[in-house]
Formats: sequence, structure tokens, C-alpha cells
Amino acid sequence: MLLIPCPYCGARSELEFQNAGEAHIARAARPAEADDQAWAQFLYHRTNPKGLHAERWRHSHGCGRFFNALRDTVSDAFVATYRIGETAPTLGENAIGKKPPRKRAPGKTDTGKTGSVKTAEATDGTAP
Amino acid sequence: MSGRFRLRQGGRIDRARPLRFTFDGTSYEGFAGDTLASALLANGVHLVGRSFKYHRPRGILAAGSDEPNALVGIGGHEARYTPNLRATQVELYDGLVAESQNRWPSLRFDLGAINDLASPLLPAGFYYKTFMWPKSAWRLLYEPKIRAMAGLGRAATAPDGDRYTQRFAHCEVLVVGAGPAGLAAALTAALSGARVIVVDEQSELGGSLLGDASGTVDGVPTQDWLARTLAILRGKANVTLLPRSTAFGYFPHNLIGVAERVTHHLADADPRLPRERLWQIRAAEVVLAAGALERPLAFPDNDRPGILLAGAAQTYVNRYGVRPGTRAVVATAHDAAYQAAIDLAKAGIEIAGIIDLRPVADGPLPAAARAAGLPITTHATVTGTKGRLRVSGVQVATIGADGPTIDPRGIACDLVLMSGGYTPAVHLVSQSKGKLRFDETLNAYVPDSPAERERSAGACRGVFGLADALADGAAAGAAAATAAGYDGVASHSFTAVAATMAGAGFLGATPSNRPTAKAFVDFQNDVTVKDLKLAVREGFRSIEHIKRYTTTGMATDQGKTSNMNSLGVVAEVLGKPIPEIGLTTFRMPYTPVTFGTLAGTSRGELFDPVRATPTHDWAAAQGALFEDVSLWKRAHYFPRAGEDLHAAVARECRAVRDGVGIFDASTLGKIEIVGPDAAEFMNRMYTNSWTKLEPGRCRYGVMLREDGFVMDDGVIGRLAPDRFHVTTTTGGAARVLGMMEDYLQTEWPTLDVWLTSTTEQWAVIAVQGPRARDVLTPLIEGIDIAAAAMPHMSIREGRICGVPTRLFRVSFTGELGFEVNVPADYGMAVWQAILAAGARHGMTPYGTETMHVLRAEKGYIIVGQETDGTATPDDVGLGWAVGKTKPDFVGMRSLARPAMTEPGRKQLVGLLTEDPQTVLEEGAQIVATPNQPVPVPMLGHVTSSYFSACLGHSIALAVIEGGRARIGSRLYVPMADRTIPVTLVEPVFYDKAGERLNG
Repeated sequence: MLLIPCPYCGARSELEFQNAGEAHIARAARPAEADDQAWAQFLYHRTNPKGLHAERWRHSHGCGRFFNALRDTVSDAFVATYRIGETAPTLGENAIGKKPPRKRAPGKTDTGKTGSVKTAEATDGTAP
Repeated sequence: MSGRFRLRQGGRIDRARPLRFTFDGTSYEGFAGDTLASALLANGVHLVGRSFKYHRPRGILAAGSDEPNALVGIGGHEARYTPNLRATQVELYDGLVAESQNRWPSLRFDLGAINDLASPLLPAGFYYKTFMWPKSAWRLLYEPKIRAMAGLGRAATAPDGDRYTQRFAHCEVLVVGAGPAGLAAALTAALSGARVIVVDEQSELGGSLLGDASGTVDGVPTQDWLARTLAILRGKANVTLLPRSTAFGYFPHNLIGVAERVTHHLADADPRLPRERLWQIRAAEVVLAAGALERPLAFPDNDRPGILLAGAAQTYVNRYGVRPGTRAVVATAHDAAYQAAIDLAKAGIEIAGIIDLRPVADGPLPAAARAAGLPITTHATVTGTKGRLRVSGVQVATIGADGPTIDPRGIACDLVLMSGGYTPAVHLVSQSKGKLRFDETLNAYVPDSPAERERSAGACRGVFGLADALADGAAAGAAAATAAGYDGVASHSFTAVAATMAGAGFLGATPSNRPTAKAFVDFQNDVTVKDLKLAVREGFRSIEHIKRYTTTGMATDQGKTSNMNSLGVVAEVLGKPIPEIGLTTFRMPYTPVTFGTLAGTSRGELFDPVRATPTHDWAAAQGALFEDVSLWKRAHYFPRAGEDLHAAVARECRAVRDGVGIFDASTLGKIEIVGPDAAEFMNRMYTNSWTKLEPGRCRYGVMLREDGFVMDDGVIGRLAPDRFHVTTTTGGAARVLGMMEDYLQTEWPTLDVWLTSTTEQWAVIAVQGPRARDVLTPLIEGIDIAAAAMPHMSIREGRICGVPTRLFRVSFTGELGFEVNVPADYGMAVWQAILAAGARHGMTPYGTETMHVLRAEKGYIIVGQETDGTATPDDVGLGWAVGKTKPDFVGMRSLARPAMTEPGRKQLVGLLTEDPQTVLEEGAQIVATPNQPVPVPMLGHVTSSYFSACLGHSIALAVIEGGRARIGSRLYVPMADRTIPVTLVEPVFYDKAGERLNG
């Protein structure tokens, strides 16, 4: 059972949380102007990475707040959590939970290097 | 006197407390402190079970949780009967009743043993090869027969009579295992002030120290040091000691699952105590001191009763004061067995020979054994054993230069000790996803890099010997406390004197000149060296595949005694080093955990929470039958004497249509939406427009998911410009509030709106029917409910029966109707007052079934019944509820996708059958013509179907491709026994003009 650091309440058991899908999926400010392809991308397409994943959680049995987390989908380690509206942190070498980069086959994206976490948008998206 | 084989003195048993017990109906005596296994051995009972596949006679092999053979059923009556318990872990209590398993008609004479003779027909994977034809026979004949033949104990026939509990705990340092390393770690960590929890699976803390008779620590015998150490730990407020507690699983982020056996060992347990307790311990740092498991030697016929692991025999002598035999042969590839031989000899057991596989044995222990006059033969092996229900002798051969054995000779004995060396118990490290590495000098996998905040200490990481284990444990305890933030841990050192145990031991099959003999690797699943070799011959290479094909290591003991030997066999046959063979995955649980422990209190009434409405007890007293709607219990119908469902529902329906009915609608989800931006928020969440809805009026709202499909609906009243009373479906309340919060917090955080769940705050009493106003008028204060003053779809605040109310004029029946909202605690009183006032109007309580029929007569949909997550508002006739001029709402953009407006979409229609009495089945498929060749295109399905007593015929709702354009046409509903023609009609069957609402 994961231990999840809620940015409002501190570390709490996974039992208190609900996952709410990938973070930083921006909903268009004027959805009516989005073309079908862009809208389908927003609705249905997710990155599903192996490695660091920016995702939304809700502390549903605690403060009730949504927040964002960087979680390593391989180790399940929560590398960082941050509030809605905040940019995903750039992780230093000594970040908690940071692991040495894994050896990867050439050509594969190394999401283990946290400097390459995709740039978060200023506003946060909602997974449908 | 407890048993002929009990030593006169020694051991940790309490000779002042004799205990009686039975095994397979025979009465025996043991002592407090005995396990069932030690008590049986004290009585000379070695035969305790039959093996899984071949039904071979089996005895006690081990002394702890690694026991693969001695599985027994415990419990005198069925409510406490537990199968498959290891006799080596079952603590004796007075009156204990044990039975052997997997034998018929008796343990000594078991007909299933025919499998042993038929074993040439039952090679590895035989069930994949043998039972191929005919195909149908697998399910009907082969599988049931194999299941009946194989297997272990039987399930209890009565419900479990015990109670189980669960608790969470937190600590800075969790120590798993209370042997020398674990105790040293706990002692050191405890001195730092950190909260320390020590768990150990045995009845007493001490681990290997409990069976030690030769060492000293800090100048005192190990037993005295143990007692002193435990006293120190017990005296510390920051230390919790948990014996009888198995750390069975290592879960992410240092959560350890621990199963504590609370009353297993008690004859008359306090009924207030649970039988078992599940601990979920979250530790900042973990010290794993799980020890090591002794390996058997895989020589032919190594499974007869009377053949024990050397360390186990030593434990029976030293800890339990039991002689497991009178004349022993020791087969070993490791120095540790020499200490066992020395201890057994001291206890008066004749050592007929020590047969060492190694060419040379000259460590301190072999030297001591030699000095004691024990006969040692090196570079020799056991090539076979004799004896049917108990070993009676062994064949020994020296190993020649070219490998095979020569010169066999027989040695008579009634006890064989074997030791292939020790395997570190790395189960929990592996479960935590920590990496392991193969240590060539130890011939063992040991922990390498951790994945969690844990470290191993002592034998479980290959640090053997008392002095080294103590030092390693102390270092680990200090490191854990420091890592948890407790600095200044005083270094703690121990002076231990004990024989050092050298040797990497032996892996795999011992040299043998009898290739067809059964040399068991996995005792519990009856997997032999021959089976593993066969699997390799048949082309299996990966150890994971070999494991699944032969089932080696897949029994309930998880291969504790077998995994490394199977690796050794496979490595030898493939000619590869062990690290290249790999290692199978360790999975939780370390030892079996009962369903009772995992279920805890979630049984019976507590299995799932029950939500009851304010009128629940009243309805139950009226004889209502209830149905489950999510967690709610809702009154389904109120039968009168002699009425069945249909009769009761027909009566209830007529009462509402002709007079007045009363219905508890309290389960409706309710959300209070308040704030300056409340209307704007509503505009964005619902398809409808809310800006122009005046306070005091209601509107039916439809909510979509972002993908454009209907998610929920409900009537929403506007109480004030900044306040909405939202209702949702019963099952959707939490989901709707969650989605609203999601958008409010993450998409539109600048909107000034507050959302509050009020589902449980309001009781909702629906009063429906032409006489509804007549019933309510005298009870209401402060609201004019006349038709002109309070039209359909309006909301007022006032009082009813002196209680504040939010009164909705709404209808889910098509009749004049009100929904009386009062604070939930007044619900029952107001209900009864309304019922009393309604008596002279013939007011009738009705349940959810009648509610369903009435709404279906009107064509009102139920989200989740007419919709299935792929219906747009237009599909189910709610296109009118979608605001066409709004700039945006959740799901709006998706409705403009081409697929959402295709003409072939399934649309809501009504269905009528030719025979008015025929009621279609909900879920039935609908096709165009009755005699099409398969596959017949399915056009849609029936979503709701009832007999309408008011109309005198059946009615149904359905979703059908292009349904609205097909109205008037005939389609077919094929059923198993006949095909039913149906006519498509508008989905409104009653009062199409909707005039009755306005009564």
C-alpha cells in the first residue's frame, strides 16, 4: 500500500486517495473551437510512460483536494507532489526517491532522467 | 510420562504441565511448550501424512514454518477446524484434536498409494499429456477426479466460529525475526529511543538460539543471554514484541503485513480475543533478520518418515527434549550437521555414521565430532533408504574419481539427518523488489541493492555464526535507527563463543547410480530430480517455465526447502552456472494466511456498509421487501396478505394513479451548490441553461461526461440567486460530486462556489397522485401550494408539521406530486403525520418497483437502465434539455463529433407486444426478421419492461438503431423458446399530453 504525500495534509495511506488520471492535460479554454483531432487527443490520448508519470490524485477521504504527483510507474515511488496550478518540479540529483538512471536500450527515451520531465502547463487539465 | 522418546531433562518445555491431545483418534501426552510435531516425536510417531501426488508415507522433516510434509487438520469441532496447518508450528494445548490428511481409508493403509506404483504413468506435466481426449471429459471427468485425488486438507463444513481483527501500527524500526541478529538489531535500535516493533513467527522469541545448547554470549550460555535480552526489551516502553506473528508480505513504501496468531495455542481462549489479528505496520526503516532455511539432500528415497533436516533434529533434542530416534545416520555437505550429531550423541542417540559428500571435512566442528569418536566417512553419499512407514536403513557409497558411486554398504538406523547447507531466507527482500545476487562462496542468493528502506542482517544475508550474526544485527539496528532520524546510537558489541560453521553446502541432486529412483526435491508437490531432468529434456529452459511445468516450488511452502535444489538440478543438466538459470519470483504470503485474517471484521452484517433511510424500520415492520440500490436498502414493495410482487405493484400503481401514494425517496443524492458563481458553475456542469431559472423554480438537469455521454440526471431547484438544491441519481451521488469538485478545483478554480453533499441531511417523502395536494394542504405552514401559486416544477421553503421543509412540486410518476424534504431526523415523524393525514384519502405506501412502473409508463428514463455510458441526450429523447446557445458545458464539444449525430445511433423507443400479457425480458435483443441466417444483426435491446396494471397491457422501453424512424414498424425479440413480435411506438404510454402533472 502506497504512502502518498498530500501537499496539504502530509503523508497518508493510499486508502485515502483516488487516482484521477494523467496530469497537465489541458482542457481547451474554448472547446467549441477545438478541431475534432485536437479534441479526440484531449479526450482519449494519454502518455502511459514507463518511468516518471505526472498524474492527478484526490485526497478524497482527507482534505478532498486534488493535487499533482510525479510517480515512477516502475517502482511506484512518489518522487514529488505539488498543488494544482503549480508547475511540475524539476528534480535535483538529491531528490527523495531519486534513483540512478536505469540502463536502457539505445533509442529509448530516458524518462528516468528527471530533467526531461515534460514541461507542465500553467493550468491543469481534467481527465474526462 | 510424556512419551517414550522424551529426554529426562533439558529443553524449554514445562514438564510440570502435561497436556493430552489426540492424533487420528489416538490419545497422546505432551508438555506445555511442545509443538504438535515435537509431542508426536516424543511418542515415537513419525508417520504423520501422505504426500500430495504419490501418497507416499511422510514424516516430520523440519521444525518450523518450512515444514513441507507434516500438514494436519486441527480442531475438534467444525467451527474451529483449520486444515493444512504445519504440525511443526501448531502449539500443543490440552484437548487438542489433530487429524492427518490426504489418505483413505487410513494413514497407515492408504489406497491412494497406488499412485506411487503407477508413477511411471504420472511423470511431470502428466495432466497436460494424458487427459487430452475426449475434450469434454476434462471438465466432466478428469478434472474432478484429479482434484479429488490430489490436494491437501478438507475445508471445514461449518462457518468459522471465531473473530478476526485488523490493526494498523507505525514505528521507526521494524525488526522481522527475533533470532540473534534480530534481537541485536532491536536492542541497538531501542537504545536510540526509536519506536521498535519486533515480529517473529515462533511462539517464543529467540530463533536459532532456542535450539542452541553449546554457545555463550557475553560470558553466559545463550539461553541465559536470551532471557536477559528479552527482559530488557520487554522493559522498554518504545519496544513492542510480537511473537506468533508472521511477516508474510512486504508491500510498497515499507508496509509490512503481519499475521498474528492470538488464540491458536489456547485451550480455552477468552472469547473476547480474536483468533488472529492482521497487523499492517508502516515502518520508517526495516531490519530483516529472517534467518536461513536448511536444505535437504536430494538422494534417492529421501522422503521416508524418520528422515529429518539436521538442524530440525537438533532443535527437537535441545529445545523440546525429544529423541527423534535411537540410531542415526547423518548425511551432510555442511559443517552444521556435525554440531547436530554432537548434540544428538550427547542426548544418547547412537550416531551410526556421518556421511559427508565433501572430499574433506576438517573444520572445527568435524574435528570435534571426530574427537568425540563419531564415525565419519567423507566423499560418500547416501544412495538409497529402506523402510515403509519409517526409515530402517540407508545405502551408503563412496564417490569414485569418475563421479558415480561404488562399493555400497547398508547401515541400519531409525533416523536420518540430512543437511545440504543453509539457504538465506530472502523472501521479503525479493517481495519488496530488492535485487538479489548469487554468492559463489555461499552457494546462495543474498540481498544486493534494496528497493525499500530496509536492510538485512545475519543469516538471511549470508552472515552465519553466532558472533557474526550478533554483530551484523547490531550494526543493522544502529543503521536503521540513524536512517530514521535517531542519531547518537550507542555502539553495541557482543562477545559470543560458538563454533563457526564453514561450508557452502550442496545444491542439486547427489551423485547416484539409480537414475529411476525417486529423489525428492519438492516434498510438498512430489517433484523429483527425475521430473526436473525430464522437463529439461522436453525442452524447457527457463526456470520459470520448469517451475510451472513440474510445479516445483509452487506448493503452499513456496519452495522453502526446494527452490535452491531445483536450481542446482537444472543448472547441472543444462551445464550452466546457477546465476544464468535465474531465480523464480518470491511472492507473498511467506506462509499461508487465512481468509479470516484478511477479511477481518468484514463478515456478515459488516461485509458491506448498509445505508438505511429514515423510514426503514417502519417499512420493515409493515412487511416491506427490500432491494439493494448501491449500498442503500430501499423498500421494493409492500405486499399485503396473499399478495405477490405483481399483485402488490398493480395495487400500488392504481393507488397512485387514482388517489395518492407515499414513497421514500431519501436515497436521492443531494448536493447544495452555493456561491456568487453558482449559476455559472451549473451552466458549465449541466447541459441545460440555468441563468434564467428564477429562484423558486426547478428544472430537470442532464449531466454529461466530457465524452458527451449521459452520466447523471436529476431535478434541481433554485432557492436563491446563489443557491441551488441539486438532486442526483441514488447510485451516482458520490461520482457526481467528485466530478463537480474535479472541474471546480482543477479547471475553474476562480469560480466562487461551494459544494456540499447533503444526501444524508434530508429525508425526502414523495407524495404523488391526484389527491396529493389534499393530503398536504392541512400540514403545511407558510407555503401556498395551490396550483396557481405553486405550479409544477417549483420549490418553496416553509414548514410542515412544525418542521422546516424544502417542498418540491415535482413528479416522477406523471401525476400531481410533491417531494417533501425535511431534516433527516424528522423524516419518520413527518412520514407518519403525512400517512395519518392521508388515511382518509386512501394513501398507499409504494416501493421502488411501483416507482419504476409508473415512470416507465411515462417514458421517463433511468440513467444506468436506459443509458449504458454510450447514450447521448438525443439518443434517449433528452435533446430538448441541451442548451443550444451555451458557449460551453462539460461534454458539449463531444456532442459535435460526427459519430454522435449519425442516423444509425440507438434511440429510445417504446415496445408493445401483440399479446398484452407478454412481458418482455429486460436485456433481450431485438432483430429485424425472425429467420435471418446467423450471425443475426442485433438492432438493440430491451432496457425496461413491466406489466402496466393501469393500462392493462405490458409496456417496454428499448434502444434500437435508428429507432425513432422505425416507429410504427414491427421487429422481433428472439427468445430461447419462441420469437416475440413487437411494434415500435413512442416511448410514452400514459397521459401523452402530460396534463395530469398540472392537476
